[in-house]
Amino acid sequence: MGTIKENLWDPVAGFAVTFTTQFKKPVTEQYPFEKAPTAPRFHGRHQLNRHPDGLEKCIGCELCAWACPADAIYVEGAENTDEERYSPGERYGRVYQINYLRCILCGLCIEACPTRALTMTNEYELADTSRESLIYEKSDLLAPLSEGMEHPPHPMRLGDDEQSYYAPEGIIR
Amino acid sequence: MSDNGGASAGPGMTTTPDKTAEKTVTLTIDGTVVTVPEGTLVIRAAEQIGTQIPRFCDHPLLAPVGACRQCLVDIPDAGNGRGFPKPQASCTIPVAEGMIVETSNTTAAKAQTGIMEFLLVNHPLDCPVCDKGGECPLQNQAMSHGQGETRFEGVKRTFEKPISLSANVLLDRERCIVCQRCTRFAAEIPGDPGIALIERGARQQIGIAEGRDFSSYFSGNVIQICPVGALTSASYRFRSRPFDLVSTPGIAEHDACGAAIRIDHRRGKVMRRLAGNDPEVNQEWITDKDRFAFRYAQAFDRLRYPQVRDEDGSLRPASWIEAFELAARGLAAAGGVGVLPGGRVTLEDAQAYAGFARDTLGGADVDFRARPLSAEETRFLATHVRGASPVTYADLDAASEVVLLGLEPEDEAGTIFLRLRAVRDGKRIRTVASLLSAGSHKLGAELVRCAPGGEADVIGGLDPGAGAILLVGERLATSPGALDAVAALAASSGARIGWVPRRAGDRGAVEAGAFPLDAHTRDADQIVEATLSGDITALVVGGVDPDDTADPAAFLAALDAAGFVVSLELRESAVTQRADVVLPVAAVTEKAGTFVTWEGRHRSFPKTFDLPATYSDAEILGHIAKRFRGVDTAALLPRDASSTSASGRVRTPSVAGTFRLSTWKLMIDNGSLQAGDKSYLATARPAVALMSRDNLLKYGTTVTLTGDRGAITVPAQEADVAEDVVWFPSNSIGRGILADLASPGSMVEVSHA
Repeated sequence: MGTIKENLWDPVAGFAVTFTTQFKKPVTEQYPFEKAPTAPRFHGRHQLNRHPDGLEKCIGCELCAWACPADAIYVEGAENTDEERYSPGERYGRVYQINYLRCILCGLCIEACPTRALTMTNEYELADTSRESLIYEKSDLLAPLSEGMEHPPHPMRLGDDEQSYYAPEGIIR
Repeated sequence: MSDNGGASAGPGMTTTPDKTAEKTVTLTIDGTVVTVPEGTLVIRAAEQIGTQIPRFCDHPLLAPVGACRQCLVDIPDAGNGRGFPKPQASCTIPVAEGMIVETSNTTAAKAQTGIMEFLLVNHPLDCPVCDKGGECPLQNQAMSHGQGETRFEGVKRTFEKPISLSANVLLDRERCIVCQRCTRFAAEIPGDPGIALIERGARQQIGIAEGRDFSSYFSGNVIQICPVGALTSASYRFRSRPFDLVSTPGIAEHDACGAAIRIDHRRGKVMRRLAGNDPEVNQEWITDKDRFAFRYAQAFDRLRYPQVRDEDGSLRPASWIEAFELAARGLAAAGGVGVLPGGRVTLEDAQAYAGFARDTLGGADVDFRARPLSAEETRFLATHVRGASPVTYADLDAASEVVLLGLEPEDEAGTIFLRLRAVRDGKRIRTVASLLSAGSHKLGAELVRCAPGGEADVIGGLDPGAGAILLVGERLATSPGALDAVAALAASSGARIGWVPRRAGDRGAVEAGAFPLDAHTRDADQIVEATLSGDITALVVGGVDPDDTADPAAFLAALDAAGFVVSLELRESAVTQRADVVLPVAAVTEKAGTFVTWEGRHRSFPKTFDLPATYSDAEILGHIAKRFRGVDTAALLPRDASSTSASGRVRTPSVAGTFRLSTWKLMIDNGSLQAGDKSYLATARPAVALMSRDNLLKYGTTVTLTGDRGAITVPAQEADVAEDVVWFPSNSIGRGILADLASPGSMVEVSHA
């Protein structure tokens, strides 16, 4: 046995919230159907970048693996030869794996990268159904070939040596 | 040091100064008073109180040079009340009584920072791709003693990179700080001065002296002592970074010297091997063989699972249990068993082989020697090697005289070579050989010329002093009477005997008794003969390469003749192809164990990789023994070993040649544990026949050698050998000369090819 307010007013009062909300813009995101853009510097999936001629920027130095607090990165370096060249200079990353089961997307790896080969994209949909598929190989991480790029291995197209890639004429030299 | 008596107190040569007579000097370093022996360098004295002065060129085992100037310190009082007006290189200044040294005051710190800045002016910033990055003294000391910011705005000097100093060693000249550790090592330690400073001024660089090459069996050490990333290893280049690697200590398995090594591995694979630091044995140096020859354990033909011979005659994979069971049954059913462990076993494995033969098989014959041998050697091993009082490396240092008998230390025992070379001044070194090899020349050895087979007479004519050491190589077994002559010489002169086998397991096998200990048991040659005659019907063969044995054809025939063969091997071989049960054994990195060095020193090493279902020889033999249900020992004993003891020992050569064949194995050759590393094998010395000048003029520079087992056509070179002697390396071409030409010391024919 309550008061008159409790019996009559309170049950209706809640509908006032519902009623006013009907005239407001909804905040619901229709996520799988409509994707909202992330913040521009969101730490998403990694990408291995290329030089303008398609050669890989990664030199297999493993500094990313060294910096990684979760031990999520595995790299094996190898030597470029004149016949089989993947990056300018002497060394390239023959094996490059990021284990997204371990990765905490902290971004220390991209800070460590001396050639800006490793950067992060805004892609965040990294769920999958098996453990194996969450270990991304170099082929999964490499940036797609864009206009004017050529699939390595191929000779250096931008100059005679790696200096033409890192310090183009007139900039630092 | 039992030899420090009158005999070794020779002409002013004391390598181990007497502690009591040592003069000491007291000085003050950074306010701390320290007392050190007279003659100590300031940089070493500072280490005594825990002060690490930055340095690059300084190395405790190399002569001081003061090349890099990084170790500058302030000396306000040189002990005479006056100070040095400028900072001094502490790696070249000996201590003086009352000296005051400041290693980190303003003057010293400014000097060190300044030198570091100079060194970094032309040093490239390629640490991310440099193999040394992460373990680099320059990187570390630039962090601790550098200034962080560069004031240099010019263009750094660049060179074409890398250039090869040898197939193993690559040089990035722009990284070099010209400390000369490598050139000093090459000239001082192995005596292979192929590299030198060339050019002057800013273009000064390390290079190969004109008309020379850097062919050294010890070249890998320069990679390890390079304080920057200028010298890199062709086989390790870019393979991993220091922080990937897990290091396990190990003992080199390639010779009987017991060199300490460090095994660096990553994800179950050995990436590289480095020299360990053991002042009593290998100091900080190892041979290239110990450093680079490790790929055999990762070879594609490595046996991974047991195999048994099926009804149709082919090998099929089997479970361990089935293989153990079949091995036990086959051996139990055999009429007589011979056990040939080979010379690469650890002490534990050798004990297991010996125990398996004597206890499980009820007194079967066992012999570890997979090489030409003799009954004389068996006696020699039992009386003068097994349990003998050790002759150590320190004894070699102290001895006034060393005689090398059937031993080429540079090829066959690299650590002995370096130790002897370090103390060669004032020591008489003689070598009894057919020629003065390059290695013996570097030791400053006198040649006592001796045709192969004539060693006994020559040894009888030697006159060593009482403090002398006779280093006896295993090859002396092929020369009749030589080992008896050594024993007689030692008894008459008081000289001591050090027996130096080639393989790491030989001395351990001798200690374990894995060879005929009494006259009633057969040695390896007799086991082969008895197998061919049907007295032995089953063989247990460890790491034996048939082509290393005295008669490869007979050994292979014995494998075919034996009714049952158990092979314990690492990789597919001529033995596994003929075996009825093939049991893969653990490589040295996959088991713990002990190698016994030529001195008798026990060198234990831990397991590097812990792999499932990988068993050492000893564990496998244990499993077989457990399943062994007794053997009819009546079928085995008594037997008449005398019937085979005399036959076939000294094989009369069927070729009536005019040249005696002198031979030994080069360090880098076709040995089965050396396979798999291209750049390492590329540094092997060429297989060239050596003959006298007259013979070279007569037969030309390409000759055909014909022996009782075949003929080989090889290039020839002039050497100072007798007219009737031709020298050729034992295992550098084909299957080796034991299989393809003739046995050592026998007669061969030389003809123009």
